[in-house]
Amino acid sequence: MDLIISLVINGLATGMLIFLLAAGLTLIFGLMSVLNFAHGGLFIWGAYTGVWVYQMSNSFILGIIAGIIIGLLLGLVTERLIVRPVYGNHIQQILITLGFMLVLQEMIKVVFGPDQKAVFPPEYLAGSFMIGDIVLIKYRLFIIVIGLLIFILATIILKKSRIGLIVRAGVMDKEMVQSLGINIKLVFMLVFMVGAGLAALSGVFHSIYSGVIYAEMGLEFSILAFIVVVIGGMGSFSGSLFAAILVGLAQAFMAYYVPALSLAVNMLLMVIVLIFRPQGLFQVKE
Amino acid sequence: MEGLLVLKQVEAFIQHYHILHDISFEVPKGEVTVLLGRNGAGKTTTLRTIMGLNQVSKGTVSFKGEAIANRTTHQIANKGIGYVPEDQGIFNGLTVGENMRVAMKKEDEETMKRMEWVLELFPDLKKYWKKEGGQLSGGQKQMLAIARAYVNKNDLLLIDEPSKGLAPIIVDKVTESIQQMKEQTTIVLVEQNFMMASKIGNRFYIIDDGVTVHHGKMDELKEDKITMKKYLGIS
Repeated sequence: MDLIISLVINGLATGMLIFLLAAGLTLIFGLMSVLNFAHGGLFIWGAYTGVWVYQMSNSFILGIIAGIIIGLLLGLVTERLIVRPVYGNHIQQILITLGFMLVLQEMIKVVFGPDQKAVFPPEYLAGSFMIGDIVLIKYRLFIIVIGLLIFILATIILKKSRIGLIVRAGVMDKEMVQSLGINIKLVFMLVFMVGAGLAALSGVFHSIYSGVIYAEMGLEFSILAFIVVVIGGMGSFSGSLFAAILVGLAQAFMAYYVPALSLAVNMLLMVIVLIFRPQGLFQVKE
Repeated sequence: MEGLLVLKQVEAFIQHYHILHDISFEVPKGEVTVLLGRNGAGKTTTLRTIMGLNQVSKGTVSFKGEAIANRTTHQIANKGIGYVPEDQGIFNGLTVGENMRVAMKKEDEETMKRMEWVLELFPDLKKYWKKEGGQLSGGQKQMLAIARAYVNKNDLLLIDEPSKGLAPIIVDKVTESIQQMKEQTTIVLVEQNFMMASKIGNRFYIIDDGVTVHHGKMDELKEDKITMKKYLGIS
């Protein structure tokens, strides 16, 4: 039983990290129909910048803030310069964002050096505590709590605020949103920036979770985020959380019981969903 | 004096297809101008082109004396034009209340008064306030689409085929509501249902194959059997 609980917590923590990355991606995908393969690049820039500031200042909070800021700024640059000229053309989007992903990845090596970097949690998040015979790792619980808080906050914004309603309406019918006098391009840009900020935040959290950061991890992790978006349903925020937890748990359990299949299981999940429910588990109404 | 909305020799394409060849008309303030014509004549494209959803390739569109051709759609809407598209454009995943809230540019006293007025006009919307747009009937969707366009203080409403697919009793209700709205705003109406159009409209323009071919006062058209037969197929 202890083992199961440990695996569930591992799975939930991994799921929350993937959710943070996938949440931005699903909004960008759902609202703007943009296949943004550069999303992983925003993730690594968040990770490296956050870790750099954290190590320089010895403040994890400052690291988080720096990671988010770089994510927002890179999101602005990516949307304006890379994505905006190729709206409506998926082939061009894949090519240019994949290219930009590689540029972002290589730029990491130029700015921060090509070597892997070890990262340690702040003292207050290090170690573990026990409940009965169960060992609970503090940082994993922290990620689960933060992930849930971000989900709740984002859900409240999406459901209750006018800007949230506009974003949801934009996923359903962009033309009608514009016809109501709303500048959809501005909304697109803000959503892109928020999505990038979430990706960068995920990068900061992931750096301590994995204990090491390297330039190539963005592409590896963003593939998981794409799988989550497809399983959850494009444009569905709740779908992303559900699918991310599913993927996180599947990966955690497989890594323990059948390690050879731990990566394949996510692809398998996606294939099953695509066969039986191609629109994803949570479809956004049009 | 020039009309509230004026189109002069407007041409427009949809992808490679030349849809509007020569659309010219003038919409006087305070009246209902009806665009008539057979299916595929270019009526919907004309409204979409006014809204900036299609590009004007030639000609001019002016609203309140200002050129608006090829401005962005949200800029055109913010000049004071409300639009009810042919497919109603309801956000199916949002409730009736949320659909209205997305549409409201302000939440001031005047807007709330308009909201109250429009909910009195369409009590079903009040009744189903928390129901999702996708669960409404066709008539209720149409009412919501019209209410959403009316809730802001627009100088002009563009309404595209409000009777399409509706039961006769609902068409009567929609007709009545547009008649009440015309007391307060200028309307351009695209309509295939001649009975409805003739009840509401003050003047008409007939569009045929992307060209405005005939215009006049609605009362005159009712008597003009030849034109009705030639362009509208009504005998």
